[in-house]
Amino acid sequence: MAEAEQVKVLRFWASPWSFRVELALKLKGVPHEKVEEDLANKSPLLLASNPIHKKIPVLLHNGKAIPESLIILEYIDETWTDNPILPKAPHERGMARFWSRFIDDKCVGACWMSCWTEGETQQMFMEQARACLRILDDELGGRRFFGGESIGLVDISASFFALWLGVLQEVAGISLINGEEFPNLCRWIEGFVASDVVTECLPPRDKLLAVFQSKKQAILATKSMVY
Amino acid sequence: MAAVKLIGSPISPFVLRTMIALSLKKVEYELLPEKLGEKSELLLKSNPVYKKIPVLIHHDRPICESAVIVEYIDQVWPESGYGAILPADAYHRALHRFWTFYVDDKLFPSLVAIGKAETEEAKAEAVEQFRAGLRLLEEAFVKLSEGKAFFGGDQVGFLDVMLGCFVVWIEAMEEVLSLELLEEATMPALHGWVVSFRAHEAVKEVMPESGKVVEFFKMIRAMRMKAAADATN
Repeated sequence: MAEAEQVKVLRFWASPWSFRVELALKLKGVPHEKVEEDLANKSPLLLASNPIHKKIPVLLHNGKAIPESLIILEYIDETWTDNPILPKAPHERGMARFWSRFIDDKCVGACWMSCWTEGETQQMFMEQARACLRILDDELGGRRFFGGESIGLVDISASFFALWLGVLQEVAGISLINGEEFPNLCRWIEGFVASDVVTECLPPRDKLLAVFQSKKQAILATKSMVY
Repeated sequence: MAAVKLIGSPISPFVLRTMIALSLKKVEYELLPEKLGEKSELLLKSNPVYKKIPVLIHHDRPICESAVIVEYIDQVWPESGYGAILPADAYHRALHRFWTFYVDDKLFPSLVAIGKAETEEAKAEAVEQFRAGLRLLEEAFVKLSEGKAFFGGDQVGFLDVMLGCFVVWIEAMEEVLSLELLEEATMPALHGWVVSFRAHEAVKEVMPESGKVVEFFKMIRAMRMKAAADATN
């Protein structure tokens, strides 16, 4: 193993994407430094490490920069092989990748937009979000985690639903994820947030709520300024 | 009963990706094309989430999404044919995957936008966006190839497959729209790469004929223009 491993995460405390990276490192017991970014004033290090997208998270490992949370998760799994987060068998591995991409490409966006839009547009996004959540709920079934008995790639990818979605729903005054329609997902959320490793990494709910509430206020204020 | 089946046809660049991968591995499979405008029972059953091609069916188990499929193929047949598609080390794998995300999320949509543009301004904007994306890939190619023929170095690698599937479409659109998209002057390395890629035996085996892609592109353009005209009448 390398002598002085340098592992840094360029992150933002409220971001579900940098949470993914930190959770994976924590699950594998990899010591790392968290470098908090001011998203309104991105550091030269961030801009140099991710010049194409200029976004967090970025993993810096011995000077190598890896951006994009799902790509970072695979890199972490391949580099630190204890407590694997991807299944070994090819079909299961492929399915884990498929579901993580599904979460990013379809689910998170629909849920996010449901919370920031209104009227008919909101209804449309809410329908899309519910359809996605239904698919995930069916896929999870009776399993404890998407990864089986332990937290895996899909669970880590789905962490948005474990905390952020609940907070956004509260701010928007809507209900998307509920025990009646999505019993498996709700049970999964309880199990996921009860895990010690997860609790250590999650941002404080009240701080998150405050941030999203002020964002909502700012949006409403801009709208009223139009008139 | 073929152990390996692939739903789709090579006119789709995403299906072509998987065919290139299977060709590189010299894996035999049964190709199951879909009828244009219709989705088969098998497709709907195998890919209920997206209902899209390509779907690889291996020992009756489906795998969907071209990038996922190519990684699957590489894992199941690691040493076959021309050998590994994904790079050996984790960092280079991350780079190939990063640029694949870029191709899928940014570059491909801008290529589609060129084909769909209804005004000269819209087309010019889409073209510029696409070229800007290609210029980034030109830089990436120089770094990743390290002077060799492919993104994967001496061998065709993951990013070669994931980007190379669009070559015949780029050329078809250049011909039909009288444009230069992959500019030799500003993208000399990529230009060289296209020649190497097209010349590779495994790629030649599955690459659709340029003429067919040109005809297909003209046909869908005509269909789109007719639909737009009908809608305004």
